[in-house]
Formats: sequence, structure tokens, C-alpha cells
Amino acid sequence: MVNGNDLILKMVNISKRFPGVLALDKVSFDLYKGEVHVLLGENGAGKSTLIKIISGAYKKDEGEIYIDGQKTEILGPSHAQKLGISTVYQEFNLIPYLSVAENIFLGRNPMKNIVFPVIDKKTMYAQAREVLSYLNININPKTQIARLGVAEKQMVEIAKVFATHSKICIFDEPTATLTSEEKDRLFGLIKKFKDEGIGIIFISHRLEEVFEIGDRITVMRNGQYITTVNKQDISKTELIEVMIGKKMHEEDTERKKNIGEEILRVENLCGRKFKGVNLTVRRGEIVGLAGLVGAGRTEVLRAIFAADRCKAGKIHLKGQLVKFNNPQDAVNQKIALLPEDRKKHGLIMCLSVGENIIISSYNYVSKYGILSKIKILNIIKDFIQKLSIKTPTPKQLVMYLSGGNQQKVIIARWLAANSDLILLDEPTRGIDIGAKQEVHHLIFEMATNGKAILVVSSEIPELLKICDRIYVMHEGYITAEFINENLQSDQILHAAFGRS
Amino acid sequence: MVEMKNEVQKVNVEKTERMSYTWQFLKQLVREQTLVLVFIIIIIVMGILTPAFLSLSNFLNILLQTSMIGVSAAGMTMLILMADIDLSVGSVSAFAGVLAALLQVQYSWSTFFSISLALAISFGFGIMVGIVCAKLGVHSFVATLGLLSIARGFALIVTQGHPITGLQESFNFIGQGKIWFIPLPTIIMFIVVICCWFFLTQTKSGRAVYAIGGNKEAARLSGIAVDQIRIILFGVCSLLAALSGVILAGRVNSGQPTASQDFNLDVIASVIIGGTSLYGGRGGVWKTVIGTLILGILRNGLNLIGVTPYWQKVFIGFLIVITVVIDRIQHKNEE
Repeated sequence: MVNGNDLILKMVNISKRFPGVLALDKVSFDLYKGEVHVLLGENGAGKSTLIKIISGAYKKDEGEIYIDGQKTEILGPSHAQKLGISTVYQEFNLIPYLSVAENIFLGRNPMKNIVFPVIDKKTMYAQAREVLSYLNININPKTQIARLGVAEKQMVEIAKVFATHSKICIFDEPTATLTSEEKDRLFGLIKKFKDEGIGIIFISHRLEEVFEIGDRITVMRNGQYITTVNKQDISKTELIEVMIGKKMHEEDTERKKNIGEEILRVENLCGRKFKGVNLTVRRGEIVGLAGLVGAGRTEVLRAIFAADRCKAGKIHLKGQLVKFNNPQDAVNQKIALLPEDRKKHGLIMCLSVGENIIISSYNYVSKYGILSKIKILNIIKDFIQKLSIKTPTPKQLVMYLSGGNQQKVIIARWLAANSDLILLDEPTRGIDIGAKQEVHHLIFEMATNGKAILVVSSEIPELLKICDRIYVMHEGYITAEFINENLQSDQILHAAFGRS
Repeated sequence: MVEMKNEVQKVNVEKTERMSYTWQFLKQLVREQTLVLVFIIIIIVMGILTPAFLSLSNFLNILLQTSMIGVSAAGMTMLILMADIDLSVGSVSAFAGVLAALLQVQYSWSTFFSISLALAISFGFGIMVGIVCAKLGVHSFVATLGLLSIARGFALIVTQGHPITGLQESFNFIGQGKIWFIPLPTIIMFIVVICCWFFLTQTKSGRAVYAIGGNKEAARLSGIAVDQIRIILFGVCSLLAALSGVILAGRVNSGQPTASQDFNLDVIASVIIGGTSLYGGRGGVWKTVIGTLILGILRNGLNLIGVTPYWQKVFIGFLIVITVVIDRIQHKNEE
């Protein structure tokens, strides 16, 4: 299968520098026709930078790119597309109020001449239907994009790539938001792409998928090329070791449990997407909230934090009935929320790491509203060190940090605010394995220090690893409560699907 | 071998880190200084073109002329830092000027009370706009566009469209007075600017302003009283616009209902030329002072050279666009 003629992309010694970082340091990469080449590495390893250079979003500083054996300079995104390189990003580039077909043929609509050229809608819809049915995608090409779900949008995005007759297709964490059925469908599509001889670059954090779909695997670390292996030649553990660059020690999930009095009691809480929710969290306890996406877990957290209004129900905090009008009240009562989408709802990207840490603690570092800069600096430095947040200075803008470090900044924020009850919404989403372990460790430490923790996660193994108790939600109701002792993941799954 | 690679890598990273450190610092320095550099270049060029430009009396004149814009631009800076905007400053300033004049001339109120009431009512206007924006979710562009018309309308209604003349000496002192040799409006401007600077950099609500501009929802979920801060700052912005209106009335010895037509442009232009981002979260009130001065010096210089006010408008329009383009290029990487 692999011979010289089939090499469609070859990148040699690519370097890219940003202010403050060498993002890529002489990285090489190649891709053959009809193979799935997985790009693996922790956040900040340089995968996205490499991808952006291939797709023309960034210009390389050094190195050479060969496409079909020809030395090529990729001048920009549209040039990359002309060269047959397409990308399916995590955030879709679809136009919400146009139809599926119009999106598939955006900028390349079939035309016909009636006095002057107009879009030939009939042909466009026919061709769209053809592409969709070839790919076994069951979507009406006349549907508006805004009406589609996430997985369907992704399918359209893929159909769009297919219709452009690309030679190289890049998938940037395509499975992050998919259910396992949707994932299977996606992998079916990717296999079709392979059969067509399209070269595929696949980025994912989930190792199971890497082994399921990949042919070869290239590992990157700290902006450097580490190695390329065939998937048959390496085990999962070995791969993780190569990725994080050190031996994985079996983590001790044992922690000193010191569960105390009740901190949070929620009675009969009702909101727009959930009803009659009862739950409790005690001091030093880690409680999980499991369920499918859309079961109402995030909404429950947001309601407790008063980010959304709830329709009915009572919230008791440390035995007292409380009523919050807004998140500010919740923060004053020492409740913390680590939101699901840290970029949209958590961080203030244009501010520094330091300011993002201190933002919820201004009350503790000010007198009559006037801030004490020394106190602020001490707290910030303290937490950067304690949580080993990797940043050159506290003044670095938080947008330049990797996902894991950004997440730690938000955790630091709430630790600085001395919160008693910490609500975590998908605390390890989109961060790499090393950082994930660190975050788990931080959660344990917070519990040991007497915080009450309520955590939402879509990864059942994660909940089984860190929680003392797990509630399961299904379509807005809590359907089960488990003590986490010898608990099996299918017990949780059953409850999550509403079966008992 | 992997060990060795790690070592090499570590050294490399340290090296680039150190290098990029200095580099970043230099770059930041240049970026910060661009504004001051432009400022100095303009002064030198103007000085060469017209010797009359480089005199103390001319500088004091420029300061006096820019004071009113500076006072209002300080308030505008705080709004723009939150990614809000106030298009009504010109109308509010005219309204406050004629109201204070009217109270004094027709109802013989003392200077202090007539000005106080004018400022208080303007503050109330701002608060109402703030409530409409923060609580009802109307974009500030629209809400203040409404106030632009409303305030101008009131200014014309209470005066029937005629200027109100005959202010007391103490009122005129606000616009024309001097302390030692420095015009009082200039002193007021610097007091306002220092207060705003102190608020923005030294207080918790001030730091929150930057957070709100960076990401309103994240700020709210961090426990910041986003709505309250926005509402109050809309009030403050209107209040400062009114203050500049009162100063103007004192300067021209009358309340002019049709005054301050270009005021919005000048105020917003000062903030933008100063380098405060319209997207919020980045900028500061001293930058705005420099922006105001650049605008004032250009106008003054062009006047001295003999460029007509009509061409000046064209010129300043270009300046605004160019500044924003430069700003976009400098911060391209951040999106």
C-alpha cells in the first residue's frame, strides 16, 4: 500500500515562533493516500499550530512543505483549499441561515445563465442529495443549518469537504462532542474517505479512538517531533508514556476521606430543563452528577449558582435556607462554579493570568473598595506556585496558556476566593492526560481540605475514579443515586438511559 | 537518548524564553510608545511648519480647547472599556448647558444649584439608559442613539430653540477662570482624569470594568456585579458629558441648544485614537488624554497653517480609521 508515489504530503523541519514561545521546533510529518495518520500530543504540544500551517491559517517560519512531491508554499486558507486541503474544525464554519446544500456548495454553486448567471438551485440540490446519499447521511439538503444538531452539522461539514474533492482532510478533535453512536457513524465516513484515497490527519485526545481509526501515529511534545509509529507496534501505556515524556506511575486514588456535615441540600429544585431535583453534598465529599448530554446536569449546577433562575425549590446552605438573585450572591456565600465552556464562561481572555485568578476575591484584598496591590500579588504568586500553573509571568495574558493551565487558573480563582462549595462542570474536558491527572489530584486535595464538591462529567470512568457518591440524571430527573463502592459503569449507564 | 533530547529541549526552551522575554518587553515598549511617539512627531512637525505653534499661550489655548472633550472622553473611556458606547454625549452636554443656564437666568437660581440640578438630571438620564441596556438587554448603541435625540429635543424644548444669555460671573468663571495661569477647565479635566484613573486601576469595581469588557458572561459568573457597574458608569458618562456642557456654557457665557454638534465624534475619536479597544477590555484613561491632545494639537496646528475646518474634518476622519487599522494589526494574534 505504501510506496513513494502515494506520498501526498511531506513536511520537513517546520518551525514556528510566537512571541514568548517556540510553538514548533523542526517538526516533520508525512501523509500517504488513504491512510489515517493520527497526530497525538498534550495540549500545547504544537498539534494545532502544525494543522494551522497545513491549512494556511499560519505561515511557517522555517521548513519545507511538499504536496504530491512538489515543493509548495501555502499562502493562505483559500490557497490551501485550492491545493486540496480541507479541515473539519471543532467549531464549524457553516452559515446558520443558509440551507445544507447552499453550505455544501458555498462559493462554488452550480450556475446557469438566464440573461445573467444565477444559481442553478435544481442542480445544486440534486448534487447535494447525491453527495449526502453517497455518504449515507440522512439529511434533507433544503434544511436550514440552524435547525441541525451538533452531530448533523458535523456531517454537513464533512459532506462539504467531500464535495470539494480534497486530497487531504484534517479532522481536529471531531469526536469531542459526539455520542458513541454518532462517533461510529463518523468513523464510517472516515473509512469511506480512506477508500477514496483521501489522506486523513486525525487529532484526538481519546486513545481508544486513536487505536480504532488510526493507521500511523505521530507523537508531539512541547513543539517537538517525538516519534512516528504504526499502531500495531505500540501499546496504550507506551503511547501515553511517549506522550507525556515520563513513566506513568499508577495514581493513588486513595485519599484520606474526611466527610463532615452537610454543606448543600437541594430540595425539589425545578428549572426549565429539570424537575424535582433533590441532592445533598457534605463537607469533604465529592459527589458526581452523571447523565447524557442534555439531561439537565449543567442546568442544575447553574441554578444552584443562580446563573439561571429556577422555577421552584429550596436550596439550603450549611443548614440555612438561601435565596440567591444572581451569581454575585452565590460567590459571596462561598459557592464556586467552574463552567463547562471555560473560554466563553470562565476566563476573560484579554486579561492576565493574575487578574483572572484574583477576580473573584476582590473583597478580600480591598478596603473601602480600594485594592491592595501587594496582597493581590502575593495571592496570585502563591496559587500559581501551588497549582504549578505554567506561565512565564503572572502578567501573561491567559489566552496564551494551554487548556490544562487555563483550567487550573479557574480552579485557582475559586481557591483564592476560599469557596466552600465547588461546582465543577466537565472539569477535564479538552485537556490532556497529564493535566487531567493534575486536575483530579487538585479535586482530591480540595476535598481533603474540607470543600464540598459537586462534579458533572460525561466520562463515567472519571466519575467512578473521583467520586464518593454519584447521582444520575435522565431527561431532567434524578433517576438514581449510588454509593461509589464496587460500582459498575453499566449501572450508571442504565440509569442515564432511563432504565432501572 | 530520550533523556538527552529532553535536556537539549529544556535548554532550548529556556533560551527562547529568555530571548522572547526581552523581545516581548521591547515590543511592548514600542507599542506603548507609538502613541507618545506620534504625539511628539506631530508637535515637532507643527513647530517647524508654524513657529507660532510652539508658544506657551498656544499650548494653554490647546489645553483649554481640549478640556471639554477630555472631561467627557474620560467617561466614554470607561464605557468603551466595557465594550459599551454612549452616542448621546453631545446632546446631553448641550442639554445640561442650557438647563443650567435656564435655571439661572429665568429662575435666578444660584450657580451652584443650577449646575447641580443639571448634572443630576443628566446623571439620571444616563442611569435610565444603563438600566435599559443592562436589565433589558438593549445594545447601548441603540439606547444611547435614542437618548441622543431625546436630550437634544429637551434642549430645544426648554429654550424654544433660542440661546439663553446673561449668566452670572461665578458661572462664567467655570469656563473662563484661571488658577494662577492655568485655565480652570483644564484643571477640572485633570481632576476628572485622575479620579477615573484611580477608579480604574486601584479599586475593585474599576478592575471589574476590564473584566466586563473582556467577557461579560464570565465576569458575571465570577461574581462581579456586572449590571450595577454598567448602570452606574452609564450615569457617570452622562454626568461627565453634562459637566463639559456646563463648562462650555460658562465659556461662551450662554446656554446654546444647538451646541456640541460634533462633540460625539470628537469624544469617541479621542478614546479610539488613544488606543482603547472598541471590543472592550483594553485601554485606559491616560491614553485617552493623549488621544484628546493629539486631536486638539492637530486641529490647532491645521488652523495655524491655514487648513479650512472642512478639510480638517476629512483629515481627522482618516486619522481615526488609520489608528484603528494599526490597532487591528498590532493585536491580530489575539483573536
